[in-house]
Amino acid sequence: MHIEIDEISKAFGTTAALHPVSLSIPSGALVALLGPSGSGKTTLLRILGGLEFPSSGRVLFDGHDATGLSVQERRAGFVFQSYALFRHMTVFENIAYGLRARPRAVRPPKAEITRRVTKLLELIQLPDIGPRYPSQLSGGQRQRVALARALAIEPRMLLLDEPFGALDAKVRKELRSGLREIHDETGLTTIFVTHDQDEAMELADFVVVMSMGRIEQIGKPQDIRARPATEFVREFISG
Amino acid sequence: MSDTNLAPPRFRSAIEEPRPARWVLIAIVVLGLGVLLFAPLIAVFAEALSKGWGAAVASLGNRDARAAIRLTLTIAAISVPLNAAFGIAAAWFITKFDFRGKAFLITLIDLPFSVSPVVAGLCIVLMFGANSVLGGWLVASGYPIVFALPGIVLATVFVTFPFVARELIPIMIEQGRAEEEAALTLGASGARTFLTVTLPNIRWALLYGVLLCNARAMGEFGAVAVVSGKIRGQTASIPITIEMLYNEYLSVAAFSLAALLAMLGLVTLLLKTVLELRHADQIAATYHR
Repeated sequence: MHIEIDEISKAFGTTAALHPVSLSIPSGALVALLGPSGSGKTTLLRILGGLEFPSSGRVLFDGHDATGLSVQERRAGFVFQSYALFRHMTVFENIAYGLRARPRAVRPPKAEITRRVTKLLELIQLPDIGPRYPSQLSGGQRQRVALARALAIEPRMLLLDEPFGALDAKVRKELRSGLREIHDETGLTTIFVTHDQDEAMELADFVVVMSMGRIEQIGKPQDIRARPATEFVREFISG
Repeated sequence: MSDTNLAPPRFRSAIEEPRPARWVLIAIVVLGLGVLLFAPLIAVFAEALSKGWGAAVASLGNRDARAAIRLTLTIAAISVPLNAAFGIAAAWFITKFDFRGKAFLITLIDLPFSVSPVVAGLCIVLMFGANSVLGGWLVASGYPIVFALPGIVLATVFVTFPFVARELIPIMIEQGRAEEEAALTLGASGARTFLTVTLPNIRWALLYGVLLCNARAMGEFGAVAVVSGKIRGQTASIPITIEMLYNEYLSVAAFSLAALLAMLGLVTLLLKTVLELRHADQIAATYHR
């Protein structure tokens, strides 16, 4: 799905989290929002997911105005920073949640839900953990379950907030390629937020560098490396 | 001399006190519990049974005592669900939304703890008594509040208001909003999110708050004493009846009823302990990730 961000701004009280920003994300792209904390990248991601509403500006999905769509209507697969798995549900129930929450008319039958959850568990290469609880999983496993849960609703896009933030370096590397594979397999437009420039450069087709609620530069990783547009970008990617 | 004969050296854990200090601390706790908790409890039961089982049971069986028990159970049955609902709503509001005046609202919830129940009772009498505009109209319409069940329930609800909310607010703050947000992005409605995510996550704190609220609702004296008018057999709850019986030197009757009230509290605690033991792993999973 093509995503168009048109002059979006967001203010919390009197502080501006986002100055008007515009961004066009082609269908099927894997995009990184890169910046230090407080740069507005998470706010932008939450606006796309419908968890936050912009103070001004529009969001267009495939050319249609989606600014007023509720979080449920967005159908965005959202992976939260601390994964936000439902702690009182098993992994199976976590992944099945979105399917079971559908209105009766469009809810898949029980056998179909089981089939799809099983398939997703295979996709994340953890076929046997269905009956376990989130507290019994490692950080990397939790992250993958969160990804499977987001994919279960057949989302129109995938939004990930610091997906590898809480993991150690080795697991981080593994999951990076895991995300790349899943993205290539599903073809979903995928946007992830990170403050780690290596992660952004290695994984993304496009990198959006942000600072203080503004977009500093948009470009392919090698272009940003070769020709940083501003002093901030130069310093941020060298540091 | 060989080293193998030596006993392994005993190291004291860093947070362990020396032996005499431990004994003193333990003695203070046991003494305190004994004097303040167990002795009075035993005294109540001893006094109730001083004329034998028969007299105690008979005193509970008379008309006024039965009316008092029925009234107290009715009060609890109405005010506990009301306060559970209020408490959940208030905690939800405070922890899941940002708005101006949040700190003020939290203070307001604690108000019943800082205001004497007698004052609360008097406020209700002033508001709804026959001498006030509202109360006069209500009495004329045949719905008296003061000296009747509605007033007693109102007073009890006020006094026990903070219990559920106070239990829920800290745990809901700690759990944050992420799980609710996750449910919403997965397509769940607000109501479904509340029922399938929020409520299961707070159920143990909720249960604890409800049990405390229940114990206090059954035992409330001050506020109820003011609004009830202490009409024997009609508006006298168990605590009020105990006081009246005691003042009339009917000590077996008074202590039998007191023992019953204590029993209701003990059963509540027992229930809580049993539930905690049975679901220990779930509770651990809810509180520590």
